[in-house]
Amino acid sequence: MTALSSDHLAADNVGGLLWEPAAESLPTAQLGELQIERLRAMLENAYANVPFCRKRLDEAGLKPGDVGCHGDVAGLPFTTKIDLRDHYPFGMFARPRDQIVRVHASSGTTGNPTTVGYTRADLDTWGDLIARTLAAGGVKPGDLLQNAYGYGLFTGGLGLHFGAERLGCTVVPISGGNTERQLKIMRDFGATALSCTPSYAMYLGDAARDRGLRPEDLPIRVGFHGAEPWTNELRLQIEAGLGIDALDIYGLSEMGGPGVAFECLCKKGMHINEDHYLAEIIDPETLRPLPEGEIGELVFTTLSREAQPLIRYRTRDLCSLTSEPCACGRTSARMSKPIGRSDDMLIIRGVNVFPSQIEEVLMSIPEIEPHYQIVVDRKGYLDVIEVWVEVGEDIFAETMGDLERFQRRVQAQIYNVLNIQAAVKLKEPKTIQRSEGKAVRVVDRRTAL
Amino acid sequence: MKVTQLTVFLENRSGRLAEVADLLGSAGINIRGFSTTEAAEYGIVRLIVTDPDRARTLLHEAGFTTHFSQVICVKVPDEPGGLARVLDEVATAGASIDYLYSISFQNICFAVRDIDRAVELLAGKVTLLSDEEVRAL
Repeated sequence: MTALSSDHLAADNVGGLLWEPAAESLPTAQLGELQIERLRAMLENAYANVPFCRKRLDEAGLKPGDVGCHGDVAGLPFTTKIDLRDHYPFGMFARPRDQIVRVHASSGTTGNPTTVGYTRADLDTWGDLIARTLAAGGVKPGDLLQNAYGYGLFTGGLGLHFGAERLGCTVVPISGGNTERQLKIMRDFGATALSCTPSYAMYLGDAARDRGLRPEDLPIRVGFHGAEPWTNELRLQIEAGLGIDALDIYGLSEMGGPGVAFECLCKKGMHINEDHYLAEIIDPETLRPLPEGEIGELVFTTLSREAQPLIRYRTRDLCSLTSEPCACGRTSARMSKPIGRSDDMLIIRGVNVFPSQIEEVLMSIPEIEPHYQIVVDRKGYLDVIEVWVEVGEDIFAETMGDLERFQRRVQAQIYNVLNIQAAVKLKEPKTIQRSEGKAVRVVDRRTAL
Repeated sequence: MKVTQLTVFLENRSGRLAEVADLLGSAGINIRGFSTTEAAEYGIVRLIVTDPDRARTLLHEAGFTTHFSQVICVKVPDEPGGLARVLDEVATAGASIDYLYSISFQNICFAVRDIDRAVELLAGKVTLLSDEEVRAL
């Protein structure tokens, strides 16, 4: 590997770049030592500054100094999304509010969202991790990134934005939607890189073709696509549609957003930024660690976050890990694409939705019968969600207008709480499937993208 | 004088309206008049029947959602201008009509997606009326 500057940007072996060559190609033994050193500092921070973490560690009879090797990690307590919600808004922060320079929040949650806070140093680290992500796809200073992730509380938009600026790109903060303008700017500005959800990348490729734009008319070379699960088949379609390398990126707001793991140009799993995140795979039933290569639930412990250290956070994503060396030269372990969830969370156009949240909305409307069904499907490349409810005599009046008003009212309430457009379908009584025991509330007709 | 109307919620599935008619017919309840809303994903059927209470109980037991309401029924002289005179009186009374349909039917009229195919399939099974026959009713 050839260093282009003293500490940033060296070429990897497959056409990408290492943003932090020393850290990204650290020999695994040293990486392991660094992880333990950072883990102990992280536990000290959590124990001293987050009452919840202190209580959990005390209950487990552990002190931060008790962790001396990777084997000790399995003894640490887990953290879940419920814990984060219970400490809304700032109860999980390890720094006073005036040292928090930014707060993001998870998408699509009812009641209390889960919040994520950053110190100045956390934002700097996040920027570096996104710069690593982009550089791995061959993006270098001077490239123009069209960032079509949504800007706002969602971590995707601002995360990619500041990481690309840190790398030295020209960033176009176009955010999501308005396909006509996306294509015009992509061509007129000469975008060389794109970031957006995989389904939107597919949609853009189709829209370009419909308007007579060929891949060679667009200088774009590489795309970074995350926030929803996708397959290698979709990758090939996106790549053909836009004439790019389409790379998967992984993150979750609880870990600070995108930048947790990313693909290099080998496209063989996502490199985990292991110097900042300690990854484990556990059996979601027994909660015991699983051997390398087995599919289980991904669990992360933050190693460097100041504002919000999280111990063994259960992501609920199911995947496997490998530490086989990668041709690119990075020494980090790689995670497979998540193949599902260990809970019932749905991802609808990048927004996380739990069926229980829809149920809460429905149950807050007294006329609705306690039977409902959620049907998720895909039209073209976009997710659509239907909520089926039965029309009982409390809802039914004698005009269509009354029924339509009722439909609109339920749709508006779902939108207000979950920020998703659901189509409410009215069904005759007793036509929604009842099942023995636990009702089947969700029918997901989407095939893998 | 007010008349009880029975309204039924129906999903737009093939054969569902026939089920309602069957149910009432086999119980000896005669349909004096009815109307349906234009079909979308669901619709409603309004019925004037000979025994509304029993009809409602039967439909309810069969799993239909129903509703009772009061409507006005008026005799319309069968001659040119007959309907106009009635509607004039309604307008003079300051009443605005939410919906209107004709009852005491012996003939019905409906639209389907593929009319040629429907005509072909129905011929011989029901009495189809021609343009001229309808004009001469």
